[in-house]
Amino acid sequence: MCQVEEDYNGLECNQEKITVPTLNRKCMKCKEGTAVLIIRVNDAFCRSCFKEYFIHKFRAMLGKNRVIFPQEKVLLAVSGGTASCSMLSQVQEGLSREAPKKLRFVPGIIYIDDGGACGRSAEERQRSNALLKSIFTETGFTYFIVSLEQVFSLPTSVLVPGTSDPDPSNPSYKQAVDQYIKEKQTLTEENVASAVAQLNIEDSAYSPEHKLALERLFSSMKTLTAKEDMLQTLRSHLILHIARENGYSKVMMGDSCSRLAVKLLSNIALGRGAALASDTGFSDPRYGDVVIVRPMRDYSSKEIAFYSRMFNVPSVFISGLDTKTHDKASIQRLTESFVTNLQFDFPSTVSTIYRTSEKLHTVMPPQSQTAEPASKCLLCLCTLDTKVDCTAEYCLST
Amino acid sequence: MPVQCSNCVQRRAVLKRPKTGHSLCKDCFFWAFEEEIHQTIVSAGLFNRGETVAIGASGGKDSTVLAHVMKVLNERYDYDLNLLLLSVDEGITGYRDDSLETVKRNQQQYELPLKIVSYEELYGWTMDAIVKKVGLKNNCTFCGVFRRQALDRGAMMLKVDKICTGHNADDVAETVLMNVLRGDIARLRRCTSISTASDGEGAIPRCKPLKYAYEKEIVLYAYFKKLDYFSTECIYSPNAYRGHARAFLKDLESIRPSSIIDVIHSGETLSIKEGVKMPVQGTCSRCGYISSQALCKSCVLLEGLNRGLPKLGIGKHHRLHGKILAQEPLTEQEEKKLKAVDF
Repeated sequence: MCQVEEDYNGLECNQEKITVPTLNRKCMKCKEGTAVLIIRVNDAFCRSCFKEYFIHKFRAMLGKNRVIFPQEKVLLAVSGGTASCSMLSQVQEGLSREAPKKLRFVPGIIYIDDGGACGRSAEERQRSNALLKSIFTETGFTYFIVSLEQVFSLPTSVLVPGTSDPDPSNPSYKQAVDQYIKEKQTLTEENVASAVAQLNIEDSAYSPEHKLALERLFSSMKTLTAKEDMLQTLRSHLILHIARENGYSKVMMGDSCSRLAVKLLSNIALGRGAALASDTGFSDPRYGDVVIVRPMRDYSSKEIAFYSRMFNVPSVFISGLDTKTHDKASIQRLTESFVTNLQFDFPSTVSTIYRTSEKLHTVMPPQSQTAEPASKCLLCLCTLDTKVDCTAEYCLST
Repeated sequence: MPVQCSNCVQRRAVLKRPKTGHSLCKDCFFWAFEEEIHQTIVSAGLFNRGETVAIGASGGKDSTVLAHVMKVLNERYDYDLNLLLLSVDEGITGYRDDSLETVKRNQQQYELPLKIVSYEELYGWTMDAIVKKVGLKNNCTFCGVFRRQALDRGAMMLKVDKICTGHNADDVAETVLMNVLRGDIARLRRCTSISTASDGEGAIPRCKPLKYAYEKEIVLYAYFKKLDYFSTECIYSPNAYRGHARAFLKDLESIRPSSIIDVIHSGETLSIKEGVKMPVQGTCSRCGYISSQALCKSCVLLEGLNRGLPKLGIGKHHRLHGKILAQEPLTEQEEKKLKAVDF
């Protein structure tokens, strides 16, 4: 059952057999071009094969999981880091291809400026906002730049899950695609142009009371762990609200495989075992009407870093709550350094954790069967796991 | 200014509880510790009246404290249990022979009958001989697998109804983390249960009454009660994978002391997708012990040791089970992979 020992044994055998020197290796895919990088343990790729591999993985992830329907409005959550900017460039790439291989949804971009919680000054925030704005206008998509302080002006409907559309006439994925292809032949070019010229919102203005309230909120929490947790919750509420207000039914997050492995372990350490599948799975249906998807979850941070360097993906580094803190400052930070160090000795650690997360299950309460649906947590909208259930302590009967 | 105990407020506090941070005096701490274990036993319904229970005793702090607390609670709350000590001799010189002396002293101190089973008499191999063959990595696998069986066989010889072991909260949390890191879904689902499933077919159920007791508190309890225990680490343990999980857990505890219980809670509330392949419980065709494959793990390990192929039990080897059962010789290539690594 243990994967690690087997991989390690395999590694030893591999090292005995390789006689080809590491310089001048050929790409393992096309076997002609000279390899320029190595990903995973020993896979060498040339430049063009790597680009193809990267792009293909993105589309395969979306295609395999069939949750994005044609003409759907999808919000891309961009934090400015390399992973979300790579996701943005993938979406751009996918939309620009000739039909029928074109990606078929209408994207929007959202960036949340959390400088108030992280303690950045107003000038720094304006600077990074301006840089990001220039990146977003390049893409031509609708964008929203929102500051975290706005979370205080949200209505309480944010804390209530919306109902997903149980419309019986809702077609299956394949039917929807066929229908779209038929309709597209009658669409004219003007429709496309008008969709792009929508209102771009840059709402970075915030009232001083909200700013003070945010500062007070974050300084009242004594541990960095709690602050990071709170930041995560507030951010997702704000994104949810913007998505709902503007009619976006899907939100794409740029979490990479390595990031998700760290998130999985730190959520276990925080006690969020019941919500693990929704926090780290591909699709997160807890909000009902808005579904969160994570198309980048198959990419390790190494692959993303190589891609953005080699193909000049524009990104902006914005310091967060845990930048430049020591290893034991918070649980999330500790987990990150633990996984990174373990990955060094056991190269299959991150992929094993990823595979474990794939086998986990989102416990969705059956809506029509029981009279009273299971109660949900107010803040994270996941099913409550606080019932003192004796069966948890008893032997688990299958 | 001396701090008063937060429970009785009369006596001076002598310690700060690692679990909750409360400052307590000695008696209140003893009472809190014992009471929590009593609640664990009662709410999970671990024991029934009149049962014979074997306590897995190694002479270390966990099993010594377990033996002491079980005896105290048995008398205080009238569980009506028949307690006895069961110990396993792995044959590790400098470690196990010293701890066995401690167990013999415990037997006299607590006035409980004692039975010792050894690897030598059950399998014909001591751990020292095994490590010489296998090397310094992967030997914990042998020790652990053999010890489970040894405990069960010893319990069957004594005709007990239940076995209880001294696994504490830190152990269970480490196991959860280790199983996530290694991708072992089947074990991940089972490792947080407080008692193993009893099939009624000869397998004696094992339980962990100390499941929610912190290791630090066990040490404090043993220290303040002046219990006699053996406190050295196994000499072969530094290279084990579990060490990584333990270091991580200790760091987590220093950031937030409730993390240990949080990890256990996460492990209990995890749910696995349907359709994920799970092992089915059957019996070993050679020795009749419970197993999920054709041959139980200890038969495979023993076969490997006896044939001079120490890596037979490590890694995946299902295809070779048929060959082993039929007593066929393995091909040269297979033999090469399974031999020990030469240094």
